[in-house]
Amino acid sequence: MVDIDHLEFGLETFGDIVANEDGSLQTAAQSIRQIVKEGQLADELGVSVFGVGEHHRPDYSVSSPETVLGALASVTDQIKLAIAVTVLSSDDPVRVYERFATLDALSSGRAQVMLGRGSFTESFPLFGYDLTDYDDLFNEKLALYDLLRREKPVTWSGKFRASLKDQDVYPKTDHGRLETYIGIGGSPESIIRSVKVGYKVIIAIIGGQAMRFKPYIDLYHAAAQQLHRPEYPIAVHSHGFIADDEDEAVEVAFKNIKANFDRIGLTRGWAPMSREQFDGETKVGSFYVGTPEHVAQRIARTIAQLDLGRFDLVYGAGNQTAAQREHMIELYGTQVIPRVKEILAETAVAK
Amino acid sequence: MDIQEIRNVGILGAGKVGIVLAGLALDAGYTVRISGSGSVEKIALTIKTLVPGAIASENADVVANSDIVILAIPLSRYKNIAPALLQGKLVIDAMNYWWETDGIREEVLDPSSTSSEQVQAYFHGATLVKTFNHMGYHNLQEEARSAGDPKRKALFVTGNDHDAVDTVASFVDSMGFDTVVHYRLADGIMTEPGSPLFGASLRRPELKDIIDHFDQTEFGQKIAAQTR
Ligand SMILES: NC(=O)c1ccc[n+]([C@@H]2O[C@H](COP(=O)([O-])OP(=O)(O)OC[C@H]3O[C@@H](n4cnc5c(N)ncnc54)[C@H](OP(=O)(O)O)[C@@H]3O)[C@@H](O)[C@H]2O)c1
Repeated sequence: MVDIDHLEFGLETFGDIVANEDGSLQTAAQSIRQIVKEGQLADELGVSVFGVGEHHRPDYSVSSPETVLGALASVTDQIKLAIAVTVLSSDDPVRVYERFATLDALSSGRAQVMLGRGSFTESFPLFGYDLTDYDDLFNEKLALYDLLRREKPVTWSGKFRASLKDQDVYPKTDHGRLETYIGIGGSPESIIRSVKVGYKVIIAIIGGQAMRFKPYIDLYHAAAQQLHRPEYPIAVHSHGFIADDEDEAVEVAFKNIKANFDRIGLTRGWAPMSREQFDGETKVGSFYVGTPEHVAQRIARTIAQLDLGRFDLVYGAGNQTAAQREHMIELYGTQVIPRVKEILAETAVAK
Repeated sequence: MDIQEIRNVGILGAGKVGIVLAGLALDAGYTVRISGSGSVEKIALTIKTLVPGAIASENADVVANSDIVILAIPLSRYKNIAPALLQGKLVIDAMNYWWETDGIREEVLDPSSTSSEQVQAYFHGATLVKTFNHMGYHNLQEEARSAGDPKRKALFVTGNDHDAVDTVASFVDSMGFDTVVHYRLADGIMTEPGSPLFGASLRRPELKDIIDHFDQTEFGQKIAAQTR
């Protein structure tokens, strides 16, 4: 049963380059400042979490999301600040702890860690890691991060990093433990891993029907019970675009989200997304696109079907204008979120 | 082997694709065994929850008890399986080279031939047919439909052994997909990453059209230039 009072709604951006009204592109620096503005707006509107992705590519502006979130920490009041996601495998867990503990200090306890792989892999060669070691890297670094997160001296040794002996790391946080999620895709293995470490889980549903993840969520709960590990409500993130007019929303999304997926696809050898696939995604799949009412109906449905505790909408894919991005955030905060809660409350009563 | 003789389906690889194929095979009425790289315990809960009814096991047992075996492991891992294990078996190769998991291409694949030819050469006592490789795992899961459904999607099936290809084509049909069939294992390249068919889920006429005019696609021309 969905706990409506504790439902969380997030917004995440990967830091796509913003477009000007005339179609030209803003600089990366301008795009970064736009994100800060949007995070402030989301905070004012009462959105629960604001997440910024980390990328090292020309089509995204943010490679150092904690710096962006640091700026946001000082101009926001209630919103949680997250990195969506921290690519732990090619990072140093000590640094990850230090950066987030600092962000947590700046934001008075609003930092949120999400560890995962992300949809790109460019950080591996960039930081000198071998992608084929992905699993080993992640497992080893997760184990170290988990020790550091306890905020006690750590003794540890592994394959990919210098050992630590009775080593303390600083700063300590005010409330003693960083809130941490593991971001996962479709692999059962990563569900089991998240259960074992006992972190919250956020699932990236970037294609297909959300219901297809139901068995994975069942697996999460079954594994938690079998292994006597903590169980949390599941979070999900998916792409979307909201506008006042349905057709406008669909066209903007088609142009931008599809372009974004096709560009990623190109580097991996996927065929481009067809209009049929795109329409399938917006009607029954995992693109939440349309008017506030339409998007609210679809988000409510996903939350109810999967029994979620949190839903994050990924916004700004492709090259959208500042006006499109800001208006969408406004619609999400002022109309979609209250409407989703209302729909869920109505269905709860009907039941 | 005739399709009627296939009752037991074995799947090596209990990851995203292996589990989806296990689900489709159960729906089609087969007995399904599936294994990962390690012990049964490692995958037992996953299999019980995601594909109840499938038997979680280990490679040797899966192969010994199956009429058809599907390779659904990362391409860079196939040499961890002893060639003798698949001796005399009808084997479906669902694998692709995928740099994100497999690493540097030259370390996994000899550039002079296609991945399935190399897998066949390694498992020389097996009869290899390539299919299920070019559709994303969630499309495989969501788009399986019964024969005659106008929305039914198609898979490319290819291999050197005529009878084996026909049997696998019938098997693919029983799993919920139309087929476009070739009798040349090397043609597996037509659906590898980079091809307009990789990651696409198409109906039979559309799939057939691209296969028939493969030499006119940009990818086809690139491949032709390399092999010239
Ligand atoms: N993902 C797709 O959409 C898709 C679609 C079509 C085809 N494919 C191809 O299908 C193959 C599998 O892909 P995937 O996405 O399913 O990968 P995956 O989720 O990483 O799963 C791979 C599975 O193979 C197992 N494995 C590794 N070595 C093994 C061995 N020696 N014996 C038995 N099992 C072994 C792994 O077990 P452990 O965890 O125990 O190592 C894991 O369960 C790849 O070749 C891929 O290119 C993928």
